[in-house]
Amino acid sequence: MRFNNGFRRSFVAMAAIGGMATLSACGGGTSKPAVDGKVTDITVVTGKNPWSDGIKSHLAEYKKLTGVTVKLETYGNEQLNDQYKVKLNASASDFDVMAFQVQDVMREFSRNGWLTDMTKYVGSAGDWNWNDFQKSARDSVTLDKVIYGVPLMTERHVMYYRKDLLKAAGIAVPKTLDELKAAAAKLHNPAKKMTGIAMRGQRVPAVTQFSSFLYSFGGDFQKNDTATIDTPEAIAAYNFYGNLLRESGPPGSTNMGWIEASALFAQGKAAFYLDADSQAYTFLDPKSSAVVDKVAYAPFPAGPAGAHPYSIVPWTAGINKFSEKKDAAWAFIKWATSDKQFVSLMANDTVPSPRNSSWANKTATDGFPAGLVANVKATATTAVGHDRPQLEQVARSREIVGGPIVTAIQGGDVKAAVKVAQLGFQDLLKQDSAK
Amino acid sequence: MSVALETMNSPRKSESGLSRWANNHIKLLFVGPSVVFVATMIILPIAYTVVLSLTNAAGSVSRPFDFVGVDNYTMWLSDTERFWPATGRTAYFTFTAVALELMFGLGIALLLRKSFRGQGLVRVAILLPLVATPVAIGMMWLLIFEPSIGFANEFLSWFGIPGQGWISSPDQAMNTLVFVDVWQWTPMMALILLAGLTSLSEEPDEAARVDGANAWQRFRYVTFPLLWPAMGAAVLLRSIDALKTFDILYATKGRGGGSNHEVETLNILAYGESFEYSQYGRASALLMLFLFFIVITLSVIAILRKTGTRT
Repeated sequence: MRFNNGFRRSFVAMAAIGGMATLSACGGGTSKPAVDGKVTDITVVTGKNPWSDGIKSHLAEYKKLTGVTVKLETYGNEQLNDQYKVKLNASASDFDVMAFQVQDVMREFSRNGWLTDMTKYVGSAGDWNWNDFQKSARDSVTLDKVIYGVPLMTERHVMYYRKDLLKAAGIAVPKTLDELKAAAAKLHNPAKKMTGIAMRGQRVPAVTQFSSFLYSFGGDFQKNDTATIDTPEAIAAYNFYGNLLRESGPPGSTNMGWIEASALFAQGKAAFYLDADSQAYTFLDPKSSAVVDKVAYAPFPAGPAGAHPYSIVPWTAGINKFSEKKDAAWAFIKWATSDKQFVSLMANDTVPSPRNSSWANKTATDGFPAGLVANVKATATTAVGHDRPQLEQVARSREIVGGPIVTAIQGGDVKAAVKVAQLGFQDLLKQDSAK
Repeated sequence: MSVALETMNSPRKSESGLSRWANNHIKLLFVGPSVVFVATMIILPIAYTVVLSLTNAAGSVSRPFDFVGVDNYTMWLSDTERFWPATGRTAYFTFTAVALELMFGLGIALLLRKSFRGQGLVRVAILLPLVATPVAIGMMWLLIFEPSIGFANEFLSWFGIPGQGWISSPDQAMNTLVFVDVWQWTPMMALILLAGLTSLSEEPDEAARVDGANAWQRFRYVTFPLLWPAMGAAVLLRSIDALKTFDILYATKGRGGGSNHEVETLNILAYGESFEYSQYGRASALLMLFLFFIVITLSVIAILRKTGTRT
């Protein structure tokens, strides 16, 4: 060999170091950079929800229309937020459209500088018509006059029930919470593995479903910056929710989120299930539901202060502040939230549209379960626009405010638990308003 | 011959400065890449965590934060609501799980020691829990232990025993998850102990048998002391992982270790503090305390292992 030992050794060493350096620099993202300014693909990150399930089948259509390939990444709710926190702390630019849960993270993400200000995009969209979106939906994605996203769907509390069981027992559809309590108790039959009612009982997930009970008893989580969970109305609501689950609910309810509770109802093991109306599709799919023909819908029953279920925007599409394809991202969002798309999503995928025009459109409402349309109309004026405490540290506040729910379900001292929760929640609110 | 001598004795004129340096520092060059890797992947993040633990960073690390000294540490050490119960649960889980795994692993190893027909099949079968991914295992056991539609309560009903809450019951959750951990990791202990057993010579055992010792005496006075180093190694290895157990706890109980924090160990608490509350300063301090706790536990185990072998 012409090269002597020394040269060969150092050459090999340099090649090894060079190779390693190149490999480490190749840790790339998933979306290719724009070629000559023309975008060929964008990445959409979302949680699992009816909108993402529905839009999947239309992505090929979008590619044909614009030549842009859309990569859809779906995660579970908690994993989604973990992903965002990890990636956006590192200013990741490998995704463009980000669907987020407005009430949980909008304050935090906007203060972190992770969300793009979409006010100009939305304002110059003309025919797409921002004003067609329901007012409460538009308000929930706006913070300090800045619009951070476009609502993807709306969600209301609804009462799913087994019409066959109620008919067989001669029970009328409950219109008040007391009637619901009586009906659930009557249909509760642990010996036959039938539970009267299934609802979320896990500390953090239950807070949003509990909110409707809270409002219908005349209470609320807070009044601006003052915590109000120790009012007599709130305590009555906690007791009612807890007693209902303890007396007529399934065993192990404090470990149930919506997936576990809805599974019980879908398998025909619960007579009543109170949760978001956007979950209707899980009961109408013959592949996973045993109650396709037996499920019926009714509005949330009235409490002492009337029927005030929540009506919220659970999912919003925003644009990653660090994305290099913001215009392409906006083009996709505009297309995916046009009234044409929503009519199709509502009719075929039971996505409750955030647009007023969808609910006046016969094609859309015809494909949507009739009972749910009636529910939307019934709650249009009485619903409350938030289903959880409103501050930046929502996650922590849900842990605090959910404590008395668990205590009530387990039959403990609710008054003592509420006292502790009130102090903790008030503390958090003080911290938040100091920012 | 003379050509070879010439090459050996004459200086290599064609050697460049770089290759000469490389020749003289060949050790450095080969160790270099791994040192760089360890420094960037391990030391830098730990150093950054230590720095963060002295701040009140929250929300995003790009948001401005202040240095608060040891405030985060004093906050955790005086928190009797979440921190100390979590420490207690971590200790309980680790001690109980490792002790049970050692016991059952030793039993299985002793049984598998002598060769028998089908031993290959048995060895593969007991290894299966080890190979499955922890999250999948968590989901599987969650379904089995579901109070209404799970198999466990169905099985109990065949014997007339009333259904239990298992994982969903605040009192039984921890012990049920210890059971799941023991189910998954006993094979690993059995493997290590089996390796230790097969490496022991037969002579002391035979000598004891000749002297009239029964099986239990042979085990207690001959096998057990000789196996101590292997047992120590097995306990050390398993404890390192058991202290940090996360997958099965998170997959079955979710955030906060359940509605009453019934299975919240230090790792789960730290995860919630970082990802749920975005309190990076406080979470970093918690993680430093956790690291300190792990180092102390492992040192104790290592010392016990050494003293046991001092003969």
